[in-house]
Amino acid sequence: MAISETTLKEVEEMAIKEINDAGGVTVADKNYKIVPVIEDGASDWPTFAEKSQKLIDSDGVNVVFGGWTSASRKAMLPVYEAENHMLFYPIQYEGQECSKNIFYTGAVPNQQAEPAVQWLMDTYGESLGKKVYLVGSDYVYPRTANTIIKEQMKALGGEVVGEDYIPLGNTEVAPIIAKIKEVFPEGGIIINTLNGDSNVALFKQFQAAGIDPEKYKIMSFSIAEEEIRQIGPEFTAGTYAAWNYFMSLDTPASKKFVEDFQAAYGDDRVVGDPAESAYNMVYLWKNAVEKAGTYDDLDKVRETMIGITFDAPQGEIEMFPNHHTSERVMIGEAEPSGQFKILQDSGTAIPPLPWNQFVPETKGYTCDWTQDRPDAGKFRM
Amino acid sequence: MELFFSQILDGLSIASVLLLAATGLAIVFGLMGVINLAHGELMMLGAYVTFVVQNLFKPLGPAIFELYYPVALILAFIITAMVGVLLERTLIRKLYGRPLETLLATWGVSLVLIQLIRSISTSMLIGILAAVAIGLIGSKFMAKKIGDKPYFTYLNGLMWAFSLGIGLIVVNSMSSVRQLSSPWFGPRNLDVSPPKWLQGSWGKIGTVELPGIRVFIILLSIFLLIGVLWFLSKSAWGLRIRAVTQNRQMSNCLGIPTDRVDSITFGLGSGLAGVAGAAITLLGSVGPNLGTAYIVSCFMVIVLGGVGNLLGTVLASIMLGIIQSVVGSGSILIVFPNLPPALKGVVEFFATTSMSLVLVFIFIIVFLQFKPNGMFPQKGRSVDA
Amino acid sequence: MKLFKRLVPWILLAIALFVLPAILSDFRLNLFGRYFALAITALAIDLIWGYTGLLSLGQGIFFALGGYAAAMYLTLNTPSQQGGNGIPKFFENFGVSELPFFWQPFNSPFLTLACLSLIPALVAGVVGYLIFRNRIKGVYFSIITQAALMVFFHFFNGQQKLINGSNGLTTNTTELYGLLVGSSDMKLWFYRLTVLLLPVAFLICRYFTTGRFGDALIAIRDDEQRFRFAGFNPVPFKTIVFIVAGGLCGVSGALYTVQTGIVSPQFMSISFSIEMVIWVAVGGRGSLVGPIIGAVLVNYLQSLVSEALPELWLFVQGGLFIFVVVLMPDGIYGWFTGGGLRSFLASFGIAQKARTYPKIDEQIESLQEVVSTTPTDSSA
Repeated sequence: MAISETTLKEVEEMAIKEINDAGGVTVADKNYKIVPVIEDGASDWPTFAEKSQKLIDSDGVNVVFGGWTSASRKAMLPVYEAENHMLFYPIQYEGQECSKNIFYTGAVPNQQAEPAVQWLMDTYGESLGKKVYLVGSDYVYPRTANTIIKEQMKALGGEVVGEDYIPLGNTEVAPIIAKIKEVFPEGGIIINTLNGDSNVALFKQFQAAGIDPEKYKIMSFSIAEEEIRQIGPEFTAGTYAAWNYFMSLDTPASKKFVEDFQAAYGDDRVVGDPAESAYNMVYLWKNAVEKAGTYDDLDKVRETMIGITFDAPQGEIEMFPNHHTSERVMIGEAEPSGQFKILQDSGTAIPPLPWNQFVPETKGYTCDWTQDRPDAGKFRM
Repeated sequence: MELFFSQILDGLSIASVLLLAATGLAIVFGLMGVINLAHGELMMLGAYVTFVVQNLFKPLGPAIFELYYPVALILAFIITAMVGVLLERTLIRKLYGRPLETLLATWGVSLVLIQLIRSISTSMLIGILAAVAIGLIGSKFMAKKIGDKPYFTYLNGLMWAFSLGIGLIVVNSMSSVRQLSSPWFGPRNLDVSPPKWLQGSWGKIGTVELPGIRVFIILLSIFLLIGVLWFLSKSAWGLRIRAVTQNRQMSNCLGIPTDRVDSITFGLGSGLAGVAGAAITLLGSVGPNLGTAYIVSCFMVIVLGGVGNLLGTVLASIMLGIIQSVVGSGSILIVFPNLPPALKGVVEFFATTSMSLVLVFIFIIVFLQFKPNGMFPQKGRSVDA
Repeated sequence: MKLFKRLVPWILLAIALFVLPAILSDFRLNLFGRYFALAITALAIDLIWGYTGLLSLGQGIFFALGGYAAAMYLTLNTPSQQGGNGIPKFFENFGVSELPFFWQPFNSPFLTLACLSLIPALVAGVVGYLIFRNRIKGVYFSIITQAALMVFFHFFNGQQKLINGSNGLTTNTTELYGLLVGSSDMKLWFYRLTVLLLPVAFLICRYFTTGRFGDALIAIRDDEQRFRFAGFNPVPFKTIVFIVAGGLCGVSGALYTVQTGIVSPQFMSISFSIEMVIWVAVGGRGSLVGPIIGAVLVNYLQSLVSEALPELWLFVQGGLFIFVVVLMPDGIYGWFTGGGLRSFLASFGIAQKARTYPKIDEQIESLQEVVSTTPTDSSA
């Protein structure tokens, strides 16, 4: 299990323990305890598919919670569709997908990337010009997210002046810095969708090359509290991030979530948006199973799932007919402490739009699994 | 002109990292004909040493903390060199004259090292020490009692398996105590901050910024290169190393202790890997997978440079670094804005970090068509050379 | 006894075809299908490493190319996979509206079947010829093939618009002859196909390793200089055998892909290609039975260990590498056929020790003195 997934596993185990300690899941007036079966995808997509198959066939599980990168989800998706089974996926992703067999509890671009770009333009569009530079890891999430951002920038009357991708795990960012300095000699807006190790290299070398937050406004979509700890807070201080949950969110539900986690796994640990999503999905499933009165009639659970709500640490969220959850959207500025100062907050949860409305190919399309039609996953509104 | 200069600087800084990482590998390959696939993991160890030293210096106050980095560099060299010598004495030596098998065995070592860094904890350390102690004592005892019996080897193996089992039991017995069983590093990336004097810019040449870290790494690689050259050409052991590189049998006959030469060379190569790892903490992340990102680039340097001469390694690093920076940043388009559209498409196609690596490989394959043994092939009279 | 020996392969084949499907669950059977597919790759590596002495760390290239060919055919020929403008759905995510030209052959099942092995073979031929032509060999050859692997990985990983980048192509929801590829019926058919193709691959390898051609390969492995001085040119031999191995890896990759349900650039990761080599090393190189044993055994072990104790797998794998290379250089099969079992039993006094020179054995003590005073050259 790689770098950040461990926290998600721990949060899910915490949610399961909470549910079991409170008496378990009540199905048809009987109480059931949840028994987790844990498999390791080893950051290898075929292994994700293999282990999913094993969980369904050999272990006979009723639901699977998991996945990290988009590629891991894409590898697992056919298994769940072929078996007509159920997967919960906790990470913010690029959208442009809507499977009957997957429930997505992370943000889609209209719940993270689009509000963030809008905020950047509103705040810095005047002083720095409506120009952005895009840096991302070389895989599907950054590529698709950047396609969306390009269309959005067009709609906002701005432009994308540069776009760069680094292979996953590569730490050689010198050519990118050279290009950024070429197009933005005096400062500008950079949107960062790098994942993993490359972020460390990017922020360390940004600082060395004099790309500081005073002049350059950097917005990241894959950097949460956990990643800041790994990069070093002094390198990220002053940059921005958009998420549906920040550990610093000052509400009783959020505080309880943080306290419970730290009590179980150590005071020095942090949680972030992906961990919160992972926590939510266990409870969403529990609520749906209790309402449906069955845990092994997956079709019934799936139907009941829609409209289920949960009082998440971020506030109330709801599962929509397109199998995505509504999410609160917040913009935060990283502080030297490693926490985020919340600059903007949508307050309420924003409904998900899995098919992007900026991209011409998917504009006007929607997804609704309550409708009885063969193309319920993608049809014209 | 300025663009040109900044590209050259970028290229040199990529090259200096390559050079740091590849020098150790090249020396070991040149002397022993052995490719050490665990080289990247030795770099990773160097980076972890830096992390530990940083944390040891943190409580000493900000003034002394600034000095942690030179200490870390030296310690990284010493510790990884010791690991390298241990590796050579216990494993590489057994595979002497079988370079392909050595390659596979060192890959095994690299896997073990990666997982060791991920999961090492106090309880695990105790378990390993217990297993090794029991194994060593047991095998000494058995050698004394039944050492002349034909089944000694098999029983000895059984005894080692047994001591491994005891080690596992020891680890398991402590798994409930969190202080002992929680991993020291874990699979996460760790945060190493360069000291203040390395952060930020070290001034400008024209309008080109000189990032402190980059300049420091270039200087460090030059310094190490001079150091290694001095060691090889002026010191007594260097003379022996060169002698063994040229003709092992003859050196052996003339009384040069070739096995110690091997140990020292392997230790030197490993120590250089450690320093490279410590240097990389300035640029990137510190995590268990640090080494894997660099190892293939190091191979390309060695293939291009040949093994006979360190100058080949230097030139190959510089060439690869500059190709990567010039092609990868697409600055050819800025210098020659009026390229015909077809050519422009080709340049744009390669103007990403991924594709510049592809181009570098094509370059190497083409180069090898003309110089199959690299830029500076080892001279000799054998038909193989 | 002789009759029994001749029957053994047929018995094993019958067990794999009829007994295993009856006793294993669908999931485990599918895993065995994959192991057998990987065994074909192991055979190919044995052909080039065990017999010809070329340690390629880049066989993942050919494996993945075969897998991609199969997945491209399935993706193109399943109506549910097609998007608005008649090309596979994923292209829409990247704004591609026209099928890239190299997808065209994969509309046809026959061309696909040909491309499965011919494209990897062709790539192997070009790369191999350019390397062998310059007498690059040994460790140099290994690290160049590894660098080539990395390059192919970066290319496939970076080209989202051509081949769906790091996501790879998934096949479980595609259809073949109206059946879902991920369904258990279809997987059973793939299993049978794999079981039948493995002996075919075995026979191909035996064809190349016996007779004069096989002798030439072994001569190249043992002393390429002498082979050259005897008036032969090793380049065509090496190139041909590398091409055959590339083609076999392609077939193996295709079989593996349809049974796993995904092909992705990770098939070209450095570690996977080295793992392939270790299957051969564990089973026993230089024999054609060894690699099959090794591939099935190591992968079965991997499934078991990674299900029970995922943290331990890297230790086990690394330990296995070191153990086999240092203590069991001939692998399991080589240990058996090389008299390992016999000498093991003999050391406990259960079996008779084989006597090569009975008279010398009796006078061994007087001979030892002579041996110890003879200068030995251990470093050659």
